[in-house]
Amino acid sequence: MSVLIFAETSEGRFKKISFEATSYAAKVAEMLQTNLVALSINASEPSQLSDYGASKILNVKNARLDNFNAKAYADAIKQAAEAEGATVVVIDSSSNGLFLAPLAAYNLKAGLGSNTVALPVSVAPFIVKRTAFSNKAFCQTELTTSVKVIGLAKNAFGVFENKVEATVEAFDPSLNDADFNIVSKEINKTSGKVSIADADIVVSGGRGLKGPENWGMLEELAEVLGAATACSKPVADLDWRPHNEHVGQTGKPVAANLYIAIGISGAIQHLAGINASKVKVVINTDPEAPFFKAADYGIVGDAFEVVPQLVEKLKAFKQNNA
Amino acid sequence: MKILVCISHVPDTTSKINFTEADTKFDTSGVQFVINPHDEYALTRAIWFKEKQGASITVVTVGNQSVEPTLRKCLAIGADDAIRVDAEPKEAFFVAEQLSAVVKAGGFDLVIAGRESLDYNGGMVPGFLAASLGYNFVNACTGIEIDGANATVTREIDGGNEVLTTNLPLVVGGQKGIVEEKDLRIPNMRGIMMARKKPLSVVPAVDVTPSSKTVSFEKPPLRGACKLVDADNIDELINLLHNEAKVI
Ligand SMILES: Cc1cc2nc3c(=O)[nH]c(=O)nc-3n(C[C@H](O)[C@H](O)[C@H](O)COP(=O)(O)OP(=O)(O)OC[C@H]3O[C@@H](n4cnc5c(N)ncnc54)[C@H](O)[C@@H]3O)c2cc1C
Ligand SMILES: Nc1ncnc2c1ncn2[C@@H]1O[C@H](COP(=O)(O)O)[C@@H](O)[C@H]1O
Repeated sequence: MSVLIFAETSEGRFKKISFEATSYAAKVAEMLQTNLVALSINASEPSQLSDYGASKILNVKNARLDNFNAKAYADAIKQAAEAEGATVVVIDSSSNGLFLAPLAAYNLKAGLGSNTVALPVSVAPFIVKRTAFSNKAFCQTELTTSVKVIGLAKNAFGVFENKVEATVEAFDPSLNDADFNIVSKEINKTSGKVSIADADIVVSGGRGLKGPENWGMLEELAEVLGAATACSKPVADLDWRPHNEHVGQTGKPVAANLYIAIGISGAIQHLAGINASKVKVVINTDPEAPFFKAADYGIVGDAFEVVPQLVEKLKAFKQNNA
Repeated sequence: MKILVCISHVPDTTSKINFTEADTKFDTSGVQFVINPHDEYALTRAIWFKEKQGASITVVTVGNQSVEPTLRKCLAIGADDAIRVDAEPKEAFFVAEQLSAVVKAGGFDLVIAGRESLDYNGGMVPGFLAASLGYNFVNACTGIEIDGANATVTREIDGGNEVLTTNLPLVVGGQKGIVEEKDLRIPNMRGIMMARKKPLSVVPAVDVTPSSKTVSFEKPPLRGACKLVDADNIDELINLLHNEAKVI
């Protein structure tokens, strides 16, 4: 018996989300009184995972897997889980994790608990707590299969250092040529900016900002905070901001630690996409704006006065706390 | 090309979410149901293929009779026929195996589903379905072109997108971008009239052992009131975010 964590890499390096999933999986292994095995693919420093509780690390080295391939990666996870007798497999909720988790679970004849937000409620029966109804509710789901896959929601657990002795071993899954029927032709990244999916902090603007020319102060705010920028739907529809910044029910979901909404009214379709964020701050001139009901902290005020001050004060704060 | 579009029938986002039977069932009273938004984008792309390249479109839902108005709406928008698999959509694995049986029986070569449904938000059905069929699969699909048996598919990745080539048979989990919002169609009178005559067949469920079950639902605890900070006191906000919320 063991717990297996698939720790994703990007160009050989682990993502923060992989350390979070490893920290989580280590706790699950503790609950099951077993050890945590990690699987990584083409990681340049696989032993880093021992800092977060993995006592055995399987690293695959195979140039065919340099590009993400959901089917082939899912196959590798299945083979590693079987080789290690894993009864629980943990996969993160990056776009790649969401893509491959159902494939891996299906191959393992395992029940999948996607969007899991906490440690298992119990391990016998095996019950996980997941989000449902666009984060308006939680659902306790029992996974009734002998092997279980947990899809850990973003920013649901946190990263915890927990250094253990570890061995690193090579792992060589047999690859199925049919998995390579899907060929990556090009990857387009919005360069040099923190993406909404990867960001801990998201600074978001709405129609209250009046026009695209006023986004300079938001970008400055995002820069001091190391945040990604986002916007409400009408802002993207008006072409004030690119469509990939639109968040909400019909846009991107945001599960950040801190979401700062500036000049956004807080319509239910907007909130549906950002509810999973931990701490919400709203800056709006209208004290009756629905966002104040959903936020943790609020300033009733004019963004054009508040935001520049916030930028200056945060700069000073960052300097003092550097 | 034979296209199957998987439709999930979900509460409109503005619905109040409540539970009954000791918090084990979603309370549907007074809830307005709609086509899952991602599925509506998927269906619209299927209609584009039908009009531009020649294709037939079948829509399918696993559900009881209450989903039929949603299927009729899909027919009014432009699907050719509809299938209802007569079963409670208990959980994703069960649903995916039902859909898999429909795909096999109908010989569909392109299956377009949504990235996730707005109710249980599993994001699991399309992947399970592809795995069950052994079809190629692309998730979070924001663009798809078909040329004979070849497909070029764009998917959203964290911080950008990726363009992939593959071939039919194929399952995609679609989302906004696969068509733009302005391309979505509202059923017109003629569509609604025609939809009444289009076939809607009801098929029995195949036997599947579910891989999970719902124990209970709960609503998030009521949040404390929003702490208001004076617009002249930005330092206080920074202090709260740093010392109380610990997010900066
Ligand atoms: C099916 C459907 C799906 C939708 N999906 C989404 C979605 O995914 N995402 C989304 O965002 N929306 C979505 N919407 C739209 C949503 O209903 C709202 O219309 C939208 O979120 C409003 O955007 P807003 O808050 O930027 O603009 P507004 O509603 O116009 O609000 C602007 C706010 O700015 C404030 N303001 C004005 N001046 C200032 C100032 N100087 N300083 C500070 N504040 C100021 C105002 O008080 C107001 O509260 C959807 C709608 C539908 C019907
Ligand atoms: N009961 C159902 N009947 C038909 N298709 C479904 C059903 N449930 C989910 N789907 C499809 O699977 C997608 C993802 O759903 P889910 O895995 O539930 O998030 C949806 O967008 C639909 O395309």
